[in-house]
Amino acid sequence: MLELNHISKTFNPGTVNEKKALDRVDLKLEDGDFATIIGSNGAGKSTTFNAITGAFLVDEGSIILDGKDITFTKEHIRSKVIGHLFQDPLLGTAPHMTIEENMALAYLRAGTKNTAFFSRISSKDKKKFQEQLALLDMGLENRMKQPVGLLSGGQRQALTLLMATMVTPKILLLDEHTAALDPATAEKVLKLTKEIIAERKITCLMVTHNMQQALELGNRLLMMDSGRIVFDVKDEEKARMTTADLLEQFKIQVGKNLDNDRILLSGVADK
Amino acid sequence: MSALSTIFTMSIALSAIETGCIYALVALALFISFSLLNIADLTTDGCYTLGCAVGAMVTLSGHPFLAMFAAMIAGAMAGYVTAFLQTKMGVESILAGIIVNTGLYTINIMVMKFSSVVNIFNCDTVFRYAKEHIGGSWYKVIVVLIVIVLVALFLSWFLNTRLGLSIRATGDNAAMVRASSINPAFTITVGLCLANSLTGLAGCLLAQYQNSCDINIGTGMVTIALASLIIGETIIGKGGILKRVIGVILGSVLYRFIVAIAIRLHVPAECLKLVSAVIVAVAIATPYLKSKAGFWSARMKRSKAGAAGTNVTE
Repeated sequence: MLELNHISKTFNPGTVNEKKALDRVDLKLEDGDFATIIGSNGAGKSTTFNAITGAFLVDEGSIILDGKDITFTKEHIRSKVIGHLFQDPLLGTAPHMTIEENMALAYLRAGTKNTAFFSRISSKDKKKFQEQLALLDMGLENRMKQPVGLLSGGQRQALTLLMATMVTPKILLLDEHTAALDPATAEKVLKLTKEIIAERKITCLMVTHNMQQALELGNRLLMMDSGRIVFDVKDEEKARMTTADLLEQFKIQVGKNLDNDRILLSGVADK
Repeated sequence: MSALSTIFTMSIALSAIETGCIYALVALALFISFSLLNIADLTTDGCYTLGCAVGAMVTLSGHPFLAMFAAMIAGAMAGYVTAFLQTKMGVESILAGIIVNTGLYTINIMVMKFSSVVNIFNCDTVFRYAKEHIGGSWYKVIVVLIVIVLVALFLSWFLNTRLGLSIRATGDNAAMVRASSINPAFTITVGLCLANSLTGLAGCLLAQYQNSCDINIGTGMVTIALASLIIGETIIGKGGILKRVIGVILGSVLYRFIVAIAIRLHVPAECLKLVSAVIVAVAIATPYLKSKAGFWSARMKRSKAGAAGTNVTE
């Protein structure tokens, strides 16, 4: 369970570049919740993720993960239980290390104690990695000894997803993780995401610019604007919504039209 | 072939292997800091002299084996200071190395009791110990081979443990490290301590090998080690850690052979640093020039074909 209690963050306070990125955000995510987040550019979607992962300390408020207050926990300690995927598929893996070594790193970081510096991967684990890779259906299971830098963006993103969920995280943060991929690959990675989340009942937050996607996926939808969550629907209520409803809701809540061309385009294209 | 055999006598080949293996330890240190951590660690020169000085002084007091561990600990401490400056004090990594390197000059001369040369000719060394127990003309090679094989095996084991993988990831993808549970400050510190302990060990072995320590012995060491490292990476190419470690050792030995040839061709000893610098520049530039050459020849071919084509249409 994730709780954000009234968190705020202002960047460059006291200068002309002052920006209130998060404005008293409250969010309570139940175990197994899968929420999609939409919002215009600069609404605070990625900033919310960075607050959760600990890339910066919030100015006020607290962050509770699984009953533990992690507001002041260091980033590298939080990340043991948080999976984070970025839009850029190159960010999640080490290019000069082999597929096997990358997976070993993910497995060892999450699966062992912080003090187990000298633990190594057994051949049984390697077999397990191979089986998991086979599920991706990308032929990666036969390329275990190849450096990750040789893989395509889609393959790297699929691998990153596998690594982030290898040991079930307490929360998975997906920051438009299919937006930089070609449509066919994006479809495949998305399908995989759905399967893994459903099968393991992972609590998940997913930023997307595709309204249709935001409506189809998950059991909850959050709309952000100017550092606030302006709209929050879940379950049956969410299931009844259409993209037109969403645009209308935005206008009601924010008092202006959604100013993100990427969102509008994807909304229109899907109709 | 006959020309080669006049250049290479057995003793020259042996001494190239001996010094090659000793310097290979420094090259392996740079392999960790430069190739894996992606940090240009300029502590190397001063750290090498530190290992040499500490090794010489402990050997002088009658403990040649203890000297090796003492030199490694001294080296690790130097590496720790460099790492501390860049991870906790926000000093640029190159600058941190230069600062520590400068400071080490004073430390080194203090270790050597304020004289610029320490001789240990009449002391027990690991090499003398080996001479008594093994004998023949191979005893020195055997000593350095034992050390280098142990170090190579240790590295290939260590760099595949969780900590080793984390160190390698730190230099490979900074963004990934930030998002995984790796504390880069910690892995950089461990990596630099390990690297500089190897540099210290090399200094100690050299002190015992040539029975003396000179305050200026480390000057230009980083260039020489870099030359060995790059020669090694060029001849071996990509592969697993053990393969790359072996490549670095081979590169270092090969570099010593090149230097031996230069000496046999009567290149004066003072010019050797220039020779090293040229070798490093050429070794680093070669892969780039190769790709450029491919581009130019493709363009030549294309423009020739293009010219022929226009002739036909006209």
